[in-house]
Amino acid sequence: MVNSVRNVKFEIIGLNVWFGPVHALKQISIGIQANEILTAIGPSNSGKTTFLRMLNRLNDLNQDFKMAGVVKLEQEDVKNIDTESLRKRVGMVFALPLPLPLSIFDNVAYGVRMHGEKNEKILSELVEVSLKEAYLWKEVKDRLNESAFKLSGGQQQRLCIARTLAVEPEVILFDEPCSGLDPISTAKVEDAMVKLKQKYTIVLVTNNVKQAARVGDMTAFFLNGELIELDRTDKIFNAPADKRTDGYVRGEFG
Amino acid sequence: MKKIKELLIEKLILICGLASIFFVLLIFLFLLKEGLAVFKTVSSFNFLFGKSWYPISEPPALGILPLIMGSLLVTLGAAIISIPIGVGCAIYIAEIAPLKIKEILKAGIELLAAIPSVVLGFIGMVTLVPLVKTVFHLPTGLTALSGAIMLAFMAMPTIVSIAEDALYSVPKTYKEGALALGATHWQAIWRVMLPAASSGIVAAVMLGIGRVIGETMAVMMITGNAAVMPNSILVPVRTLTATIAAEMGEAVVGAEHYFALFAVGIVLFVISFAINVTADLFLHKRQ
Ligand SMILES: Nc1ncnc2c1ncn2[C@@H]1O[C@H](COP(=O)(O)OP(=O)(O)OP(=O)(O)O)[C@@H](O)[C@H]1O
Ligand SMILES: [Mg+2]
Repeated sequence: MVNSVRNVKFEIIGLNVWFGPVHALKQISIGIQANEILTAIGPSNSGKTTFLRMLNRLNDLNQDFKMAGVVKLEQEDVKNIDTESLRKRVGMVFALPLPLPLSIFDNVAYGVRMHGEKNEKILSELVEVSLKEAYLWKEVKDRLNESAFKLSGGQQQRLCIARTLAVEPEVILFDEPCSGLDPISTAKVEDAMVKLKQKYTIVLVTNNVKQAARVGDMTAFFLNGELIELDRTDKIFNAPADKRTDGYVRGEFG
Repeated sequence: MKKIKELLIEKLILICGLASIFFVLLIFLFLLKEGLAVFKTVSSFNFLFGKSWYPISEPPALGILPLIMGSLLVTLGAAIISIPIGVGCAIYIAEIAPLKIKEILKAGIELLAAIPSVVLGFIGMVTLVPLVKTVFHLPTGLTALSGAIMLAFMAMPTIVSIAEDALYSVPKTYKEGALALGATHWQAIWRVMLPAASSGIVAAVMLGIGRVIGETMAVMMITGNAAVMPNSILVPVRTLTATIAAEMGEAVVGAEHYFALFAVGIVLFVISFAINVTADLFLHKRQ
């Protein structure tokens, strides 16, 4: 399947990142297509998280962070977008679900309220839509006022997805979102991700190679801060070009 | 041989522990014994709520309400001044200041904590007291307000360092979670960091105030020491601590005045104890 007109969401050109003396990303160039899932795999410390956090400029918080190269969101250098609006457009879901000590409803409405929405009707519509998109609505619709801590780990993670969706982003970044979840919850989160790509562009960092194979359209293999291979997911898993990629996806090191 | 040594050390440490508890108990019992004797001559209600303190007139008037009010006024004033400044400073150090300024500020705060209170009182006497006098056109600058400002300086190091600690120990992921939703730095501080650190911050405030309420020297030097019911923060007051310090030397052992001062000590002890226990509760809630 080849689209003649492809819509590039993110374009990363010659990206290098340093944390003090550590050269964490080396000369990375990747295009990320809209409405696709890019999965990033690689062993520990290969730079996957660093790459992900370049896309919403979360690395800027680090005191001794330095970079070279360009990250463009729809043709615009992210350096020229102020961080608040960039992060509204590019949402992020973390490894550990981080519900706030609030009700389920207030958790989802949190970001939207922070951005100034006060109309309760709009808020409750947004909360419902977001929970539906995160495939959590059915499980929580009768208990929206209960504390978010009463949910299971998998439900909490989908709640965090809903919270990110409520801000109406264009791109969603996932950093090992299932690392703390059981297989059934993992399957539900994966389901949600695959359906979400119709509306959003998704970047998924995962330590679980099988997960990358299940949900990815494109897959990038990182090793020691280098991008070893970037290709369609089935190609990476069935006929990788690089021996190191082959070794990693077959579980020979990692 | 090794076993015996271990055992010996263990027992020694046990004795040290027991001894410290024993001494605390002894002090407390002594305080109770001497203090409760005053209630033979004055009822506890009249003692706590009596409005005049003339311990050496005949018969003595032993109402400590003016002293309690003096302590409360000075402490409350100090709290109102030191809490916003202290917490604000903690936020600045923990979240906003660049590394260099952070180090300088922390050193400065430690220095402030190291100034002996009598020196601080002395400095206050020659700078703060005349200032309060001219600004408010008062007959004297030795007022509750001067004491409150002085004590705010003493509470500040405790409040800043413990509140900063509380903010620092909020998991980084909380802040990043808020920022990733598009929060501004200030929104992340106000809506996520502060609520998450709130119990530690309350504990910081309580410990700061606990330090203030027991302070004696500086307060004695600049509050004017008039044991009358204060009607504003701009009049001289006398605190519980200053009363004991100033009068114990001239009280006759075994006289009513002497017992009354011990009873003042009990009141002070109860207040400090309550504050410390509250602070402890909040600190433990955090862990
Ligand atoms: N905040 C930081 N300060 C200093 N060094 C960092 C920081 N973040 C990452 N690094 C370094 O950058 C390199 C890449 O780290 P990164 O977290 O991106 O790896 P990762 O592929 O996500 O690993 P994992 O699978 O363990 O999450 C590592 O060598 C790491 O030590
Ligand atoms: Mg990582």
